[in-house]
Amino acid sequence: MGHFFSYIVEPGLLSNGAVRTAFLVGTVVAVTSGVVGVLTVIRGQSFAGHSLADVATTGGAGAFLIGVNQFWGFLIAGVAGAAIMELIGVQRRRGRDVATGVVLGAALGAAALFLYLGTQTSSTTGASFTILFGSMFVISPNTISALIASGVLALAVVAVLSRVLLLTSLSPELAAARGVPVRAVSIAYLAALAVAVSLSAVVIGAVLSTALLIGPAATALRVAKSPGRAMAAAALIGTAITWLGILLAYDSFYWPPHGHGWPVSFFVVALVVVAYLLSYAWRPRRKRRDPAATAAADRKEPACSPA
Amino acid sequence: MTDNDLLRLENIGVRLGGRQILSGVSFTVAPGQFTGLIGPNGAGKTTLLRVILGLTPPTEGRVLLNGSPKTRHGGGLIGYVPQKLAIDQDMPLRARDVVGLGIDGNKLGFPLPSASRRQRITEALEAVGAESYADARIGELSGGEQQRVLIAHALIGRPKLLLLDEPLANLDLRSEQGIVSVLARLAHEQGIAVLISAHDLNPLLREIDTVVYVAAGRAAAGRTDEIIQSDVLSALYGSRVDVLHVNGRVLVIAGDEQQEPQAHHPAETGVVVGLDRT
Repeated sequence: MGHFFSYIVEPGLLSNGAVRTAFLVGTVVAVTSGVVGVLTVIRGQSFAGHSLADVATTGGAGAFLIGVNQFWGFLIAGVAGAAIMELIGVQRRRGRDVATGVVLGAALGAAALFLYLGTQTSSTTGASFTILFGSMFVISPNTISALIASGVLALAVVAVLSRVLLLTSLSPELAAARGVPVRAVSIAYLAALAVAVSLSAVVIGAVLSTALLIGPAATALRVAKSPGRAMAAAALIGTAITWLGILLAYDSFYWPPHGHGWPVSFFVVALVVVAYLLSYAWRPRRKRRDPAATAAADRKEPACSPA
Repeated sequence: MTDNDLLRLENIGVRLGGRQILSGVSFTVAPGQFTGLIGPNGAGKTTLLRVILGLTPPTEGRVLLNGSPKTRHGGGLIGYVPQKLAIDQDMPLRARDVVGLGIDGNKLGFPLPSASRRQRITEALEAVGAESYADARIGELSGGEQQRVLIAHALIGRPKLLLLDEPLANLDLRSEQGIVSVLARLAHEQGIAVLISAHDLNPLLREIDTVVYVAAGRAAAGRTDEIIQSDVLSALYGSRVDVLHVNGRVLVIAGDEQQEPQAHHPAETGVVVGLDRT
């Protein structure tokens, strides 16, 4: 057993600075994404999260082109994207129209240009991969405190607004009738979502960032019975997935082709899918609690027919 | 009478996007009075409820609550039950959590569990007969059960006036009757004024005290037998309306001769309305 354990956890794992950074930042990101993600799924805004990820990709690519750390590009583009979405109402579920598709396509097109120009001038081909698909082992130590601070800020916004966000997702008009400034709450929440997407983009890449945001949250929502428990569960699931992903990526250095570790993002995204599938085994999709009501509704028409 | 009115609408007119939605709507609601806000779809019932809630400002007239002009959110005097919830089956909110949001869902921060909070929630659920599914997920409840939970949500703030937007829509007969009798009890035993909108008068006929009939942006209010008359409703619609009584049920048949009366599933709604102003 001890031998097996040392096979899974390579000796010297935690003495490696890049690995320690990966664990630290990965945990912060997993917790933030899990908690924010639960509200994203509850509010039916997974699509908004995905749109923000596309916009963040452009920001990250632009940051690379001008030689700034990509996190700032993700963050600025994400928050700006959130503001624009709230202005034109793209985040609404029924707002997935042609215009949105065209704008998001244009955003990714601009990202392609920025990455191309960036790699031409700096001849660092790895940067494109890092921005699009992430790399937990090359997180710049200079950004660690900014990453942690952003995560804490996003968590604080969600904590303060949690009840209002729940009431608003239950019924926006009910919330408005109770005096909740629905619009302002929605903007604050989208800003927190943009931060979570940016953090996730640093860890598993802009293109994959919604996986860590939506996956653990959707899994947690299937097993937990209250929003608070779902947030805790999503944070735990996300953290477990991230840690396991780091371990597997570290181990994969010895997998074929030898001498090249597999990307952490692959393991994280694969584990997200596994966790989500397992949640169905845990709690199969149930029917509505009272099937008798539908049966009665079916019987209703003949029952009160004037004939 | 004015001193006893809980809610008083004076000559309310609403213009939205260049269209006159409501004009000259006046009526009063007294404490403990169970009032049906009846009318075809698109007649302006929801707009009228939004005016009372303060969500749509009237372009003319005023709303008085307890004798004074209504403050923005009614100072907790009004409880509101929306038409339906925007939720998924997987929403991890139990019925008791939804009712709990009625206490402090509009406040910042986390709710702290306490015995008195739990007790209050249980009492509100018992008042609407929903205690047996207090711990079930709201998304897994039937339409009628969800309505009861939403009524408990509105009640827990101890309102003097309860507004319900089409709570009977898409319910089976038994759930319909259950909801109506819960509301009648709240009005007549606890003295809460209840104003319920519905496109069909029949499920409410035996329980309501007064009716506000809305059609073509105008309203007529009074006792049910006074209002549900061919001449009153004809004047309201501005075209000929017949009122038929069939086995204790009322059929309102509206529509002018030129227009083909819409087949509106009479068996389902009990109101045949040919002139749906939408």
